[in-house]
Amino acid sequence: MNRWRAFFVSTIGSKIVMAVTGILLLLFVLGHLVGNLQIFLGRTALNDYAEGLRKLGPLLWVARIGLLAAFLLHIDAAVRLTLRSQAARPVPYAKTRHSATTYAARTMVVSGILVVLYVLYHLMHFTWGWVAPQAFALTETVDGAARHDVYGMVVAGFQQPLIAIVYVVAQAVLAMHLSHGASSLLQTLGVRGPLFENVKNYVGPAFALLVFVGYVSIPAAVLLGIVK
Amino acid sequence: MNLTLHVWRQKGPHDKGGFETHRMSDVSPDMSFLEMIDVLNETLIAAGKEPIAFDHDCREGICGMCSMVINGRPHGPEKGTTTCQLHMRKFRDGDEITIEPWRAKAFPVLKDLCVDRGAFDRIIQAGGYVSVNTGSVQDANCLPVSKVAADAAFDAATCIGCGACVAACPNGAAMLFVAAKISHLAHLPQGQPERHLRVTAMVEQMDHEAFGHCTNHFECGEACPKDISVENIALLNADYAKGALWAARPKQLSGDG
Ligand code: HEM
Ligand code: SF4
Ligand code: FES
Repeated sequence: MNRWRAFFVSTIGSKIVMAVTGILLLLFVLGHLVGNLQIFLGRTALNDYAEGLRKLGPLLWVARIGLLAAFLLHIDAAVRLTLRSQAARPVPYAKTRHSATTYAARTMVVSGILVVLYVLYHLMHFTWGWVAPQAFALTETVDGAARHDVYGMVVAGFQQPLIAIVYVVAQAVLAMHLSHGASSLLQTLGVRGPLFENVKNYVGPAFALLVFVGYVSIPAAVLLGIVK
Repeated sequence: MNLTLHVWRQKGPHDKGGFETHRMSDVSPDMSFLEMIDVLNETLIAAGKEPIAFDHDCREGICGMCSMVINGRPHGPEKGTTTCQLHMRKFRDGDEITIEPWRAKAFPVLKDLCVDRGAFDRIIQAGGYVSVNTGSVQDANCLPVSKVAADAAFDAATCIGCGACVAACPNGAAMLFVAAKISHLAHLPQGQPERHLRVTAMVEQMDHEAFGHCTNHFECGEACPKDISVENIALLNADYAKGALWAARPKQLSGDG
């Protein structure tokens, strides 16, 4: 077997693929958060940012395809490895007592699947405009030209409590995935010693909390009428 | 003390198996766990019944044979201790104790609590050794090893191949065992020439056996009777990446173990 192929089908190689694509997804999650938080700078700032992104043209497509590839590779490895490990213990224990693992670690597959569903819903909502076509069609007029009013769309979206709740719950699930993923990826990539311990015990959970609070601040601010 | 045991009984590899309940009275707290089963077996034999089959050999915590999951924990509730070194004083009068074999596809049950850990032997055969040319022995101390490296190698070398890591892992992964063997030789100069070939060969064999993969639950490190550190798994991951992807490779390992 060719050495690259051997690497990709091996358990450790597949985990390394998950870790590297996990880092890319993490960076996206952070970048997307920074972009979204511009909603607090007002309608013009957020719409400028959205327009700027669209103007990237081919570059935006490179980023989108890269992100999609990372997602697919991450999921492919997750599915292959999970099936393998489920088969590794055909007869379950009558009694198990865990002593080191966490709830987040044991539910990575479930949180991962929920994240996929959430991402699809999110795309249908704000990218493809299927969930709320009217809000999606909102425009803002700048210098006599109409442009997509992202700000108005987001505010209209989150003013519906049910939709806001979906987003909050989804962020909690994502945060759980990240709280295990952040340190897990370091171990997978061979990082040992105090750096690993600190990320496992403090940085990872803090990062997950930051992502959660950051993203949830937006629907929360809309619901509380701070952003309108 | 009085105890109620729920013990896994299975006539052979293809038998479905099930739990059997035994009540024991007057168990001495000074007995080891295996001695307690010995006593139970005496009574079973006296009653003309089949004694419980379980593996054991050294009964001093060094051979790694005494595999059994006691109340959900491989080798029982005491950390860093094999079943043979576990004493009944760690239990309380009236306790119910569930005893099961290692549960892993790669470790098929042979009978009752005995499993076949041959998969570990095959992983070692794949690369867990250092090839030496025949001839006279080298002078002692002609290969300097730093104290730090020697200690790290020795810590990893204390792995007794018991399989508790696999038994404890929610994924049935053998990563801690393989990591211990890799780390042991990777810290020593003798391990360097075959270092990358060894790790790829051993991981390939590990994957070939029906073990699961590592999701960093770290149950293995808690269950290990020799307290092998899960840090070794990070070393294994890094060594595997290097070995599999960019280390130059000689044609094959020179020995076959
Ligand atoms: C924004 C999206 C996502 C991010 C940022 C993310 C991040 C991560 C990270 C950093 C890891 C740790 C990798 C490692 O253990 O070395 C991980 C593991 C994992 N992810 Fe994701 N992931 C995302 C989406 C998904 C999706 C869609 C699935 C779908 C099933 C998924 C399933 C898993 C599974 C099963 C693991 C393995 C857990 C483990 O081995 O410890 N993830 N993820
Ligand atoms: S690493 Fe620990 S638990 Fe695993 S086989 Fe070696 S001694 Fe047993
Ligand atoms: S019988 Fe040898 S380690 Fe327990």
